[in-house]
Amino acid sequence: MSKQPDRNLSSEKYITANCAIDNGVVYVNGASVFENKTASISEFLDKAYQHFEIGYPKFYKMDNLSKLGVLGTDLLLKNNFNAHNYKPDEIGVVLMNASASLDTDIKYYKTVNDIPSPALFVYTLPNIMIGEICIKNNFKGENAFFVFKSFDGTFMARYVNNLFAENVIQACICGWAELLGENYKVVLYLVEKKQTNQSSLFNEENIKKMYRTNNG
Amino acid sequence: MSDLKKQIIVQLNLKDLKPEDIGDDQPLFVEGLGLDSIDALELIVLLQQEYKIKLSNAEDGPKVFQSVRTMAQYIKEHQVQK
Repeated sequence: MSKQPDRNLSSEKYITANCAIDNGVVYVNGASVFENKTASISEFLDKAYQHFEIGYPKFYKMDNLSKLGVLGTDLLLKNNFNAHNYKPDEIGVVLMNASASLDTDIKYYKTVNDIPSPALFVYTLPNIMIGEICIKNNFKGENAFFVFKSFDGTFMARYVNNLFAENVIQACICGWAELLGENYKVVLYLVEKKQTNQSSLFNEENIKKMYRTNNG
Repeated sequence: MSDLKKQIIVQLNLKDLKPEDIGDDQPLFVEGLGLDSIDALELIVLLQQEYKIKLSNAEDGPKVFQSVRTMAQYIKEHQVQK
């Protein structure tokens, strides 16, 4: 019989890991783990994929926004998360950004005058990024994508806290995943009910700070 | 067929594959190369863009896109008819 994970019954939630990708640098838990500031976003993503040996050929078919989300989530969870502690439907994903899928929308629109690209069309919604993250990691819990002019930590904290309060999820990958052209910024964090040596309290103040500093 | 394999790799973003990795008779879908329904649409686009061939009957798709060889055969037959 498998051992059931210990569940903290208090209402506190903790940020147990974080990952940021910004301006050619990848940070995991505050430490820079990959850097290539001269590459274009497309080159940067492919080089990071190869560097971290992600081994998921579908990555190459994704749009840049989904690549950012999948890469960020992979690095967020690597060495920080044991998926066996949760059922697939207990793990949620809540993301937000400012440009939705506009980067791919523009690329798709440019193909419309010739032959519209089906491979681009399927990425003309921002929540496809969440779909790609969930498919790769077998997450089946609640997920949502929100578009805000800028990062809204107040909303994010309230929304994710509500999901936990209603017992909809037991763990959540959440944060900001923005991309438009060569400008991008990803700040993701893993929220769980358990406390670890390096965890910080999941609250509005801490996620706002994490967004500002990229590395918590 | 080598050129067609190169075109398939570019069109479908199969960056982890080289032309020699794709067998002439290897099934393109499911148990073979593992392509999906979006890839099938991209192969139709490839025929239009590179060879000006429109797949007139969608039901022909499974036969035409069975392998690189069947695709090459279809291209050959339809280019001759022009």
